[in-house]
Amino acid sequence: MIKAILIFNNHGKPRLSKFYEHYNEDTEQQIIRETFHLVSKRDENVCNFLEGGLLIGGSDYKLIYRHYATLYFVFCVDSSESELGILDLIQVFVETLDKCFENVCELDLIFHVDKVHHILAEMVMGGMVLETNMNEIIMQVDAQNKMEKSEAGIAGAPARAVSAVKNMNLPEMPKNINIGDISIKVPNLPSFK
Amino acid sequence: MALKIVKGSIDRMFDKNLQDLVRGIRNHKEDEAKYISTCIDEIKQELKQDNIAVKANAVCKLTYLQMLGYDVSWAAFNIVEVMSSSKFTYKRIGYLAASQCFHESTDVIMLTTNQIRKDLSSPNQYDTGVALTGLSCFVTPDLARDLANDIMTLMSHTKPYIRKKAVLIMYKVFLKYPESLRPAFPRLKEKLEDPDPGVQSAAVNVICELARRNPKNYLSLAPLFFKLMTSSTNNWVLIKIIKLFGALTPLEPRLGKKLIEPLTNLIHSTSAMSLLYECVNTVIAVLISLSSGMPNHSASIQLCVQKLRILIEDSDQNLKYLGLLAMSKILKTHPKSVQSHKDLILQCLDDKDESIRLRALDLLYGMVSKKNLMEIVKKLMLHVDKAEGTTYRDELLTKIIDICSQSNYQYITNFEWYISILVELTRLEGTRHGHLIASQMLDVAIRVKAIRAFAVAQMATLLDNAHLLTGNTQRNGICEVLYAAAWICGEFSEHLENPMQTLEAMLRPKVATLPGHIQAVYVQNAAKLFATVLKGQEGDADGTAAQEASQLMIDRLPLFVQSANLEVQERASCILQLVKYIQKLQQKDVEVAEEVSALFAGELNPVAPKAQKKVPVPEGLDLDAWINEPPSESESEDEQPKAIFAKEETKHSRPRHTEVDEKELARRREARKQEQANNPFYIKASPSSQKVYQDAPGVEHIPVVQIDLNVPLKVPGLPMSDQYVKLEEERRQKARADKKKKEKKKRKEKRSGRGKKHDSGPESEEDIAPAHMVDIVTEEMPENALPSDDDERDPSDPHKALDIDLDKPLADSEKLPVRSHRAAEAQKSPTDGETENATLQEPKKKSSKEKREKKKDKDRDRKKSKEEKKKKKHKDEDKEEDLLGGQADEAVLQSEETSQVAAPPTSASTPAEVSDLDFWLSNAPVPSNTQEAAAAAEAAPEPSVTAPDSEPDEPKDTEIEETKSSKHKKKKQKKEKEDKKKKKKHHHHHHHSDGGGEESVQNGTVEEEEPLPPMSNYCLLAENSYIKMVYDIQGNLQDGSQVVVSVIFENKCSSFLKSMEFNVLDSLNSKLQRPEGSGPHDGLVVPFQLPPGVSNEARFVFTVQSIVMPQKLKGTLTFIVKNEDGSTHEKLDFKLHFTCTSYLITTPCYSDAFAKLLESGDLKSSSIRLEGVNMPFHHLLARICFHHHFSVVERIDSCASMYSRSIQGHHVCLLVKTSGETVSIDAKCDEPTLLGNVLDEIKQTFSQC
Repeated sequence: MIKAILIFNNHGKPRLSKFYEHYNEDTEQQIIRETFHLVSKRDENVCNFLEGGLLIGGSDYKLIYRHYATLYFVFCVDSSESELGILDLIQVFVETLDKCFENVCELDLIFHVDKVHHILAEMVMGGMVLETNMNEIIMQVDAQNKMEKSEAGIAGAPARAVSAVKNMNLPEMPKNINIGDISIKVPNLPSFK
Repeated sequence: MALKIVKGSIDRMFDKNLQDLVRGIRNHKEDEAKYISTCIDEIKQELKQDNIAVKANAVCKLTYLQMLGYDVSWAAFNIVEVMSSSKFTYKRIGYLAASQCFHESTDVIMLTTNQIRKDLSSPNQYDTGVALTGLSCFVTPDLARDLANDIMTLMSHTKPYIRKKAVLIMYKVFLKYPESLRPAFPRLKEKLEDPDPGVQSAAVNVICELARRNPKNYLSLAPLFFKLMTSSTNNWVLIKIIKLFGALTPLEPRLGKKLIEPLTNLIHSTSAMSLLYECVNTVIAVLISLSSGMPNHSASIQLCVQKLRILIEDSDQNLKYLGLLAMSKILKTHPKSVQSHKDLILQCLDDKDESIRLRALDLLYGMVSKKNLMEIVKKLMLHVDKAEGTTYRDELLTKIIDICSQSNYQYITNFEWYISILVELTRLEGTRHGHLIASQMLDVAIRVKAIRAFAVAQMATLLDNAHLLTGNTQRNGICEVLYAAAWICGEFSEHLENPMQTLEAMLRPKVATLPGHIQAVYVQNAAKLFATVLKGQEGDADGTAAQEASQLMIDRLPLFVQSANLEVQERASCILQLVKYIQKLQQKDVEVAEEVSALFAGELNPVAPKAQKKVPVPEGLDLDAWINEPPSESESEDEQPKAIFAKEETKHSRPRHTEVDEKELARRREARKQEQANNPFYIKASPSSQKVYQDAPGVEHIPVVQIDLNVPLKVPGLPMSDQYVKLEEERRQKARADKKKKEKKKRKEKRSGRGKKHDSGPESEEDIAPAHMVDIVTEEMPENALPSDDDERDPSDPHKALDIDLDKPLADSEKLPVRSHRAAEAQKSPTDGETENATLQEPKKKSSKEKREKKKDKDRDRKKSKEEKKKKKHKDEDKEEDLLGGQADEAVLQSEETSQVAAPPTSASTPAEVSDLDFWLSNAPVPSNTQEAAAAAEAAPEPSVTAPDSEPDEPKDTEIEETKSSKHKKKKQKKEKEDKKKKKKHHHHHHHSDGGGEESVQNGTVEEEEPLPPMSNYCLLAENSYIKMVYDIQGNLQDGSQVVVSVIFENKCSSFLKSMEFNVLDSLNSKLQRPEGSGPHDGLVVPFQLPPGVSNEARFVFTVQSIVMPQKLKGTLTFIVKNEDGSTHEKLDFKLHFTCTSYLITTPCYSDAFAKLLESGDLKSSSIRLEGVNMPFHHLLARICFHHHFSVVERIDSCASMYSRSIQGHHVCLLVKTSGETVSIDAKCDEPTLLGNVLDEIKQTFSQC
């Protein structure tokens, strides 16, 4: 079982948090902080497993994480999950994000956290791995996006226009953020099929 | 219309959307909190608007804020509103928000039930999809119960996308509503072979998760999983299955044997590291479960270790880490194979990655042997010196101590070396583990008698150099060591070379800077040393030394008398006065040494840490009983103002045992005294007790240590452990040489006595005899100590509830609550409300699907009956084959061949299944021959349990199942009781919590308080010297006009009974169903013959018109008795009694529906009183449930509401109350005659017992 999935950046700012067990908001923030603290102090070339923090899990749980440019992807899992399997799952997740957002970067995650949630929901459900095939995931995500678009129809058009105008008004917007390109550099793990 | 929408969205476009919010937050870095609070105000405004788009936008923003740590639970209702939007876009937003912030105590969740149900059955698969995804995050027990059936239907959805989600969510449903596991399991099992790999993977996922917690219930699935393992190519699935096998093998070693080969093949063939790693892990688990030493398995171990070595040597840190992790598992059972890779593991200690270093340390713990302990510890000591960072150094320190002290110092051959290691460790700066070192010192010094002299010498040096340890700060944890040092020097002061010097060291003024508890030990032990000094000087004529000692004490102790620490002060002043008195005596030349040392005489024995806990409560001692009679209430009131303590006492005196008389008290006191006298651990006031303690059994047989020292003990200054390593090596060489010599002379076995378990290395462990024959004093335990407390599972663990036997056939009462019941009610009374109406339409939509399913079931039945026929043909010649045929056939066989009344069904079913697995495990061919393996495996998946969809012949099975399950229950209860007895001391009984209890009661079972008396619904029909008939009647839920009569025929004579014909004289109301084409008065042929002593069961279907009155039918059984002499025609008349009870069907009902029913006002009421019923209330309920087909709706203390339904849909509600021996039953039913008759029958049941 996966207990939680966290994405935060190099400064510990949460970009996505998905807990498959209930904690109140304060505890969630504490867990994010603790996890960030544990993960961020590790060197680049050390293993990606970490005995779980105190707040989340305990002895049966492990933190499995990957670090891509500015973002940490952390999965908290129990012993029923294969460690290497989860590493590959993170890889699949990131690659899927990359496909869905076309060269994903931290900004995409910042502004479209809902979309990231929807993508994640096609991979992991209630703490259990639902689908690992990237094409299948993308197909389902696309189909749902298409539905959303068709529902918006004419009604959605003005809102989209306004949103475009708003973006135009802020030409400096992408520049003032240090965007790391999280294009993927993967260790030599044979990936899952 | 369209214009309105456009207008709405134009309004909307000026609201902030999520992107605007994020952007805003980023632009307000300085006053983020303030900005967000204004945003939240805006959101609150937006939520007040009617436009759902605006609301959805607001909820979407809230989801983001929730991630930032803002509590958004106040918007829960709005989230529900957005969830129920008909547009997918908004629905998805709503469900996402719900999944992020709803949880079990969110009260609006109960409003969602119908919405979710609607979404689940939506024609749009993505509506269903988001509902399932959302539900998986916030499912509650109520939702699980109400939606279990809907989700189960979705498991057979046409779209694999829905199927896989439905399968996966079932796990959550099981967790929240364990009762659903058994009914849903057959379908879940089916999904293991779903054509879609995603669904299959989901099913594997769920079953693996279930089996991980309660593996034994899933053993019977092993063949199926085996087949999957050899056929699947999906690595995810393979990993899960292989992990599952890892959990199953400990329960069934034969399974392991079967697994080894395919797993080894996988290890050789796969390129995926993850799969390889899991295979290795499971092979390890298999090897652990198999008895070691089997020659052909050593190859597998070698393979594993070899593969792991490759992992560890890999440059990828992840593989290295996992390799070490797996290695530690092998270590437990096959230490030899791992020990040969010691080099590699020691190398890992130098790794820059701390996780890897820690793993390597863990491994070292298990790798030590007598031979290499010193070497390994030496290496670790080097690391201690090098290590930066105190945490890692502390970790090293604890590991060193763990390694050395493991299994009672098993690997330590030279304790001098160990003591010197400990002393060296004290030089570590800034460690937190001073107390750990101290306790090791104490432990070794106390338990290894031979080492005491050496230890004392070392400790004396330590005390002398105390300033080195305490040099820096007071907070320094290492000064704890001085506590041990002082105590050892004091307690074993007879070994001291120069007690006077040590005494001086202990009374230095600097000591006063130590923590209080250490000072106290110093003072106390200074007194002990003083006694030793006096004793040592006794012989001397002048006695100046003794007087010097007294003077020293008198000079130095006042410092401690002034201590702020109470303990130190008290001890110091006591001792000071004592010494002053002694000094006086000394001046008068009185011999005092004897008396003084008597103060500290006697030896302390090590007591096991758990000893106190394990003292059994002696018989006759009631710890809850009052020692003195508590003062009466009236008295206490008067005394109240007197004192605080008196007041407190009265609080406790809500007396339960006020009537304990004087005699009883005296008896108890006597018993307790007796007990205390025999109990060595009771601290007694009288001085004689000391003697008792010393004489107590257990002290006598502590082995006396033989000292055999070949090593000089005097080492000046602080010890260096390295010296001991060298010395030890020399000693070993010498010993080896000696041994060779000796061997030439004589073959003499010399054993250390304890090295047996763990021999390793090319030179066997036995060769290394310990430096001195050390007998480690074992820790004392009380006599007849209680067995060690097992690791209990956390009672709050949700998985505990899922420990359910899945192979048992499904009972009627276990069916999932089907919504159609309520829909049917709604049809009767259309006033029931809009919601019901809304839901009403759905069954129609589904009906085609249901039909299809029904058809499937029918097909299955047809198949079954065919097989049945076949079976009958060669039943006699080949019973073996029947067993192999699989569970599906087994289920049929059971009903066909029940040989005795109640007992056999249980014993028949379980062994059959077991033997099925047995067969697979023993005979089935190795996987290379996949076809046969597949055939064997296929046998299992056929559902042995009838699917809960309405199956036409199901009611036939119900009664037999009922007896089965009741039998099973009984067994379980008995067991539970035994367990409880055993564990009573350690924990309170932990039967189901209240909620669980209610649920179990609901299903017609009873809480497991006490075993129920055996119950059977079968009653005697007729009997003569040849045959005995017992029967039971069950209603048929599917057909309101049918009841099934099951008759068990038992051959009582020694002849063969055949050609049995069963006939009944039909009445107007009730008719026996006869096959088409036969006349209304023809008898039915009983479809079996009865050899002597055999019994069998046949079922007969009757149609009834009115069910409100009980009635009797006359009938006859004719049969032919055949023996050697010939055959005779016999007949037996009987009367079938159709009670009203037999028209009732156990139907679960929930309290809300029950309340609604009672309020409806359509029901007539009636009541009875039963006198003189003396049985526990739950027995009473169980009887009503069992004999009269009721289920408990709710139970509160001694009051319970119960429900049942007749086959024609009459509701019968009972309210049962008990007080003393009187039971009153108030009943309501829409048919007063039926009710009256049922109540009469209930009365009858209780008058019989």
